[in-house]
Amino acid sequence: MQNGDGERIEITISSRFENIELVQVIAEHLCENAGLDEDGSHWIGMAVREAVANAIKHGNKLDVRKKVQATFDLRGLDLTIAIADEGEGFDPEKVSDPLSPKNLMKTSGRGIFYMKTFMDQVRYSFAPGGGTSLVMTKNLARGTGIATSSKH
Amino acid sequence: MKATSRSVDSVEIIKLDGKITIGAGDQQLREVISGALANGRTNILLDLSGVTTIDSSGIGELVGSYTTVTNRGGKLKLLHLPAKLNELLHVTQLITVFEVYDNEQDALKSF
Repeated sequence: MQNGDGERIEITISSRFENIELVQVIAEHLCENAGLDEDGSHWIGMAVREAVANAIKHGNKLDVRKKVQATFDLRGLDLTIAIADEGEGFDPEKVSDPLSPKNLMKTSGRGIFYMKTFMDQVRYSFAPGGGTSLVMTKNLARGTGIATSSKH
Repeated sequence: MKATSRSVDSVEIIKLDGKITIGAGDQQLREVISGALANGRTNILLDLSGVTTIDSSGIGELVGSYTTVTNRGGKLKLLHLPAKLNELLHVTQLITVFEVYDNEQDALKSF
């Protein structure tokens, strides 16, 4: 692991699914450059993928005129990732538990669960005029991946 | 995503290669399964050894495929799960839903 002075990267994409990987790759490279192993970087990249996919599909509702902004802020080994869309927001309390037996066979609803699995913290904020901002944090020194996670 | 099918007795083995992600592979998987069912092939073995990336949409599509095949009276089983896909199925407890095999002959005998 490297303890540098920090790194901040911002990227803005239009709401197209094919742009998701651009943001995912940035996340993975940033983590690898910070010394995280390939698996750990992959899982953080997947959390980012899920966040951006939600922003495009549920936030901006596939409107290519609307943007998704991703900001990566690495301070020492503390990584903060913000994904902002221009959507109308939602109630996080109403997101169903994919592990509940009644939801197990649903074809959707696992994206936020995966984000929470791979990251230390996931929180949402909603701007009064519209727009959802998802902020995820991860301390890279704690490692990452499924085996190290126990909260949902 | 690329899908390659071959028939062994009553089982349709479908090998998937590439990504099963939102907007790139998830719909294709649905179409491949629908195509097999339309041809009367209701016993399906999905060989996932070539899957390089999967996300929650892809996982959801696997679940949907399982339900579709089961509702048609068939069986859908998984072969050669990549490690990361295996972990994704474990954390969502879906590993309890699917029958998973590491050996094709064992999988074929199970139908």
